[in-house]
Amino acid sequence: MAVINLNVNGKKQAVDVDPQTPMLWVLREHLNLVGTKYGCGIAACGACTIHLEGMAVRSCQLPVSSAENKAITTIEGLSENGDHPVQKAWLEHDVPQCGYCQSGQIMTAVALLHDNPNPTDAEIESAMHGNICRCGTYLRIRAAVKTAAKSQSL
Amino acid sequence: MMAQTLFKTSIGRRSFLKTSVLAGGGLMLSFSWLGGCQLNPKDGLTMPKEWFELNGYLKIGENGIVTIISPNPEGGQNVKTSMPMIVAEELDVDWKNVIVEQAPLNTELYTRQFIGGSQAIRQGWRSLRLAGASARQMLREAAAQAWQVSVEEITTEAGTLFHKTSGKSAGYGEMASAAAKIQVPKEVKVKEVKEFKIIGTSRKNVEGRKIITGKPLFGIDTKRDGMLIAMIVHPPAFGMKLKSVEDSSAKGMPGIKDIFTIKTFDDAYERQYFDTCTFPEVVAVVGNTTWEVLNAKKALKVEWETFSDHTISRNAFGSTQAVDIPAGLESTTEHMANMAQWMTKSANVVRRDGNPELAFKNSAKIIERTYTAPFLAHNCMEPMNFFAHVTAKKAELVGPLQKPEFTEKALSSRLGMPLENIEIHMTRLGGGFGRRSYAHFLLEAALISQKMDAPIKLIYTREDDMTSGIYRPTYSATYRAALDADNNLIAFHVKAGGIPESPLYANRFPAGAVDNYLAEDWSINSNITVGSFRAPRSNFIAGAEQSFLDEVAEAAGKDPIALRLELLARASKNPVGENNEYEANRYAGVLELVREKSGWDNAKPHIHRGVAAYFCHNTYVAQVLEMTFENGKPGIPRVCCAIDCGIVVNPDAATNLAEGAIVDGIGNALYGAMTFKEGLPEKNNFNKYRIIRHSEAPKSIDVHFVQNEIDPTGMGEPAFPPVIGALANAMYKATNKRHYNQPFVQALETSALRM
Ligand code: FES
Ligand code: FES
Repeated sequence: MAVINLNVNGKKQAVDVDPQTPMLWVLREHLNLVGTKYGCGIAACGACTIHLEGMAVRSCQLPVSSAENKAITTIEGLSENGDHPVQKAWLEHDVPQCGYCQSGQIMTAVALLHDNPNPTDAEIESAMHGNICRCGTYLRIRAAVKTAAKSQSL
Repeated sequence: MMAQTLFKTSIGRRSFLKTSVLAGGGLMLSFSWLGGCQLNPKDGLTMPKEWFELNGYLKIGENGIVTIISPNPEGGQNVKTSMPMIVAEELDVDWKNVIVEQAPLNTELYTRQFIGGSQAIRQGWRSLRLAGASARQMLREAAAQAWQVSVEEITTEAGTLFHKTSGKSAGYGEMASAAAKIQVPKEVKVKEVKEFKIIGTSRKNVEGRKIITGKPLFGIDTKRDGMLIAMIVHPPAFGMKLKSVEDSSAKGMPGIKDIFTIKTFDDAYERQYFDTCTFPEVVAVVGNTTWEVLNAKKALKVEWETFSDHTISRNAFGSTQAVDIPAGLESTTEHMANMAQWMTKSANVVRRDGNPELAFKNSAKIIERTYTAPFLAHNCMEPMNFFAHVTAKKAELVGPLQKPEFTEKALSSRLGMPLENIEIHMTRLGGGFGRRSYAHFLLEAALISQKMDAPIKLIYTREDDMTSGIYRPTYSATYRAALDADNNLIAFHVKAGGIPESPLYANRFPAGAVDNYLAEDWSINSNITVGSFRAPRSNFIAGAEQSFLDEVAEAAGKDPIALRLELLARASKNPVGENNEYEANRYAGVLELVREKSGWDNAKPHIHRGVAAYFCHNTYVAQVLEMTFENGKPGIPRVCCAIDCGIVVNPDAATNLAEGAIVDGIGNALYGAMTFKEGLPEKNNFNKYRIIRHSEAPKSIDVHFVQNEIDPTGMGEPAFPPVIGALANAMYKATNKRHYNQPFVQALETSALRM
């Protein structure tokens, strides 16, 4: 066990855990941020995607110790009231079916648009390749990413 | 005079009793789950100070806000929006003043609180309308009494009661308290289809905002004070059971509370239909956190041994069956060889019309083809999990499951606790697809909690989830068709089977459309457990049959849509045999619609198209899939889909569901497969089990609904089965090669390389 200082969604806090604990479980169980989801535990599905210093990473493969004092953003920290342009686009297209994969999808999409504000279809597909949606909402996700890109450029 | 639709409220009348009458007050009102996650009113809504309950489906606040209770579990089919829309329509309220709440399992109050068979809207249609209409009637009566006028003179609009002649009006909230004291009417008038204002309009998912902001919604998000985390370790292979556990080092690991074995079912217990359980004895590891439990799980040394042939007894909706579970460590290669033997053997005749043998003998041309598909894992994105808190007096269970009322019995028997002490709360499901109908994980959670005397949350790792069975069976079907010299289809023969069950639907199309028809089935027993998987059986047989019809059309020199329409015209005018399970005209209707909308009659260069149509779960679907090969890479630019599901309650949500079913169908047909080697499932996570991804999905899907006023039918499943046929037929056009064995990916990629 070790005390690790974290900076999650702009809030500084410390947790006392095994330093090897994946960030995913620290978020879900120690910090009560359950929007980040467990899907595979091996970086193969994207459900656990968060931002580490603005980059999309798979929190199931990120030991909490390596995130010490780095800026972490989870779906809960993306906006105050769900009004980030990407979240708004998601609502506009009514993307979710079961919804389980969607916070991971949104986090990947936000990171993509940050790096590439106007992605082509192929760029969206390749950036989102690691995020599985078992319900098959891929077309709506693509449409929502484009809507968000448009609204961000306004 | 306008026709009136009067519904007697006596059917399902218990739903219209007030919960306070049944449950001693306040059952609904006090219900909330996920530790303090309160109802989240929509933007701008002020929560009322008081609620007045008009029936088990709805309550109205003094300020006119309406809470509609959604009876069924939600797993992405959007029933939590669509079912309340039906209540709101008949109640005649403004949708923006409606809040939706999930009902707990309550078999006293509701019927059929489960996900399965795409039946929620179809079977809920009547009771949901009645719930709204009878409450509206009670409000009108309350207003009539208050204003001393005849109830006939009271009209409503968007949550307001009017008396035109006196000019009086009142919001529902003002009359709610008086209405709650009025007797539930014996008979009520429901709206005519053309009066609908909410039904038939697209309304957003009521939980959309919670989903996109990461609020706790799913079973796996459940948290309680003092809650422990539990995981299981199950045998690595089918055909094996637990021998011994060496847990001394694991038990001493940080955060670990206990390690023990549990037996999910008592030996004496007669299992019910949905009590399928692959590994009835597993090791439970319980600790403070998931990470600690995961580590202990790895450190555990467990020995397994093969089991011998045995029998369990199962009650299938009233009749006791002996289910034989064979010993052995099975492999996919041997499954394939065993299934292939049935191609030449005669099997169990299920339906026979005319004289098929003679017709084949006298035919000008015979076409014979065999199709296969592998076992499939459901792979719900949210792995199996359940929260349980079992004390000496009561049991509280919270989590995602599809058929709570079919699990209650096993739970009550296993815990030795009467049903009334057991509460099951349904959370949103992170996917179901049939898997969560088999709730052995709920029993496991309850038993672990009972043993620990603590609240626990059981979580399956992805590996546990993917390798714990209850798969879609593996199937094979051999088709034969006979054509006469004029290329008329004079005989049709299907022989279909699987491990461990057959996918045959003997009375579906083309039964009824061919004079000489033979349908046979067979099955091979196995110890690999199976269960419902989105559109059970149809999910294979539709693709096989629709691929075969494509070959028949080609052999007959006919357009594939024209051939189907010709057969359907025959089935409509002069059907062969009895019990044909489809309406030929509605079937033809979706084919006509897809032909028009897809531009079928105007082929485009380099676009290879395949068509398929199917009827299951009371809904008709036809699809045209377009395929391209660019730079040796297959692509799907478009799928055009026509659906007849009667009245469409929530068109955009229904479209979303159809899109998902199409992506899912293509994904499973191309990539889905669970294979076995000596009992061992060869895939245990998404690095090995290929799931369709963004770039592999169609570029566009357009969904068109047949407009009619027929009562609505299911949408969760029917768009899934036919797309597999449309895909196979398009692949043939694109590659000049027929594809018979799913998953198609290898064949497709090899063809692509050759192009
Ligand atoms: S849970 Fe991290 S990628 Fe799947
Ligand atoms: S919405 Fe269900 S997994 Fe994506």
